[in-house]
Amino acid sequence: MSGRLSATFAGTRAEGRAALVTFVTGGDPSPADTGAVLDALVAGGADVIELGMPFTDPMADGPAIQRANLRALGVGTTTADILGIAAAFRARHPQVPLVLMGYANPMLRRGADWFAAAAKDAGVDGVIAVDLPPEEDGELGPALRAAGLHFIRLATPTTDAARLPAVLDGASGFLYYVSVAGITGLQQAAQGSIEDAVGRLKAATDLPVAVGFGVRTPEQAAAIGRVADGVVVGSAIVDIVAQHGAAAAPHVKDYVAGLAAALATAREKAA
Amino acid sequence: MTVQNSLRQQPDERGHFGAFGGRYVAETLMPLILDLEREYRAAKTDPAFRDEFEYLLKHYVGRPSPLWFAERLTNELGGAKIYLKREDLNHTGAHKINNCIGQILLAKRMGKTRVIAETGAGQHGVATATVAALFGLPCTIFMGAVDVARQQPNVFRMKLLGAEVVAVESGAKTLKDAMNEALRHWVANVHDTFYIIGTVAGPHPYPELVRDFQSVIGTEARAQILEAEGRLPDMLIAPVGGGSNAIGLFHPFLDDADVEIVGVEAAGEGLDKKHAASLAGGSPGVLHGNKTYLLQDEDGQITEAHSISAGLDYPGIGPEHAWLHDIGRVRYVPVTDDEALASFQRLCKLEGIIPALESAHAIAAAERIAPTLGKDKIIIVNLSGRGDKDIFTVAEALGVKL
Repeated sequence: MSGRLSATFAGTRAEGRAALVTFVTGGDPSPADTGAVLDALVAGGADVIELGMPFTDPMADGPAIQRANLRALGVGTTTADILGIAAAFRARHPQVPLVLMGYANPMLRRGADWFAAAAKDAGVDGVIAVDLPPEEDGELGPALRAAGLHFIRLATPTTDAARLPAVLDGASGFLYYVSVAGITGLQQAAQGSIEDAVGRLKAATDLPVAVGFGVRTPEQAAAIGRVADGVVVGSAIVDIVAQHGAAAAPHVKDYVAGLAAALATAREKAA
Repeated sequence: MTVQNSLRQQPDERGHFGAFGGRYVAETLMPLILDLEREYRAAKTDPAFRDEFEYLLKHYVGRPSPLWFAERLTNELGGAKIYLKREDLNHTGAHKINNCIGQILLAKRMGKTRVIAETGAGQHGVATATVAALFGLPCTIFMGAVDVARQQPNVFRMKLLGAEVVAVESGAKTLKDAMNEALRHWVANVHDTFYIIGTVAGPHPYPELVRDFQSVIGTEARAQILEAEGRLPDMLIAPVGGGSNAIGLFHPFLDDADVEIVGVEAAGEGLDKKHAASLAGGSPGVLHGNKTYLLQDEDGQITEAHSISAGLDYPGIGPEHAWLHDIGRVRYVPVTDDEALASFQRLCKLEGIIPALESAHAIAAAERIAPTLGKDKIIIVNLSGRGDKDIFTVAEALGVKL
């Protein structure tokens, strides 16, 4: 199993901070420009990179990421482009964990084994498939595990105690807690509910717990970073890419640096 | 009694019809889907639920719908006898209402206080708004902005019935995007909202429960043909978009090996051009919560469907149809826009029935097949809806200004 994720979460834990997990949609504004955006995420201080695979029908995403998907597909982004972006990133950043995030259909199109092998060859560490709940991971789950990749599971506010074991069975890498019952990029959950949920999840698993959906400001990130092992930020970065297009990289770097700085000191300030 | 090797016992306990179906949804929805399944299992065996469903079908929808012997059409074609199952005579003008009655009863049973639905041309939206009005529940209908613009009469009908109509601006702004948006809205409102899906697609248990509610079509047709002819038909024909009217007619006959079954897909401008034939021109994939045949490119991106019939204009098909296609129990044939238009006009003139363009596809297939069969053969065609909604589309296609 790929060790970059566990090494990274062990490192941030040792530093007394939450890992910063950042998402952008691959191919937005173009496949050629995505590499610079990913480099900006790393330069700004992101610890884990989620590379979104664009899909025509992103059912769990809010307007920001929907539009990013359409922009990427509109300039002709293919699965081969995404894998190429991943492979080039891996060559430039040998140690930074890289996770592909997207929907089942593009992942299963050429077969689960093909996708797992291609992702492995591209240097990817794990996969998040939004619309593959545990009940339907019979194809992709085994293929990813056989290739040594993490299949990262999602827990949500509706995942109750009875269901949680099913979600955790076969989960690896980290556990992604979707903090609001909703779509990406819109509301933010109440801090109290996040703290309760993280406590509940951490009591049930040794996996790092990363919290996402609706996180936009350094203050929000810091508040979550006090209790969670990771903080996921996506739509806010995608908005910057939308605004600045091919010139987005420096803006992305500055924004991510603000989040990283907030996470670096979040727990000291709370103590 | 359990029938060995029955084709009528799908799906399995995880919602799979062979390799198709399933529950491909975000984790947020999974607990709700599991709840719905539990509640549906309980409702299915509850005589009070069954009684209320049947009462409403009889007194509100106007069932049973007639099985009409289309004598002039039969004589014109010179082959098999053609019977039409008159779903066009239901309240709201199509089969859609059967399913909406069933689902709103489930919503009530689950204590949900509002309903949502997706709609393409607006037929399912109107049927949902209708039952929501009947039960006094607030109702929001998601409809692609493109469809809102071209289906103004149905938008107005929904509003008259008290529904809020949301014009969906995302994606291609048509039916599949309306369904995406309904799913997004549902995820954010799981606590109080029931999603009334309009066809035999979506995550399990929707394909099963919609089929069960629509099976009243085939159950009635079976009894009616036995009464009229003293025997089962030789063939069933129905149009297939998502496929709810078709599965409703087919399902009660699946184990009758002597009954040939034909589903009709929309071939649009032709299978080599723009069309909506997921089986003839698509391949298996995952969309809207289930695995089925889809129109998609080599990377798994969903491609746009096209049919002159808005109700068939969907890039997927219900998973049970995908399975029936793969095992060969049902034969699916394509019919083009032009063929459907010709049959639409012929049925108007020969039988005095203005069919929905969806149903006209099935009539076209019957016109192709009936002359090749002997006069002693019997075909039942599902006349799934009336064509009043389509007169503007037909006028435009014929170059007539209204």
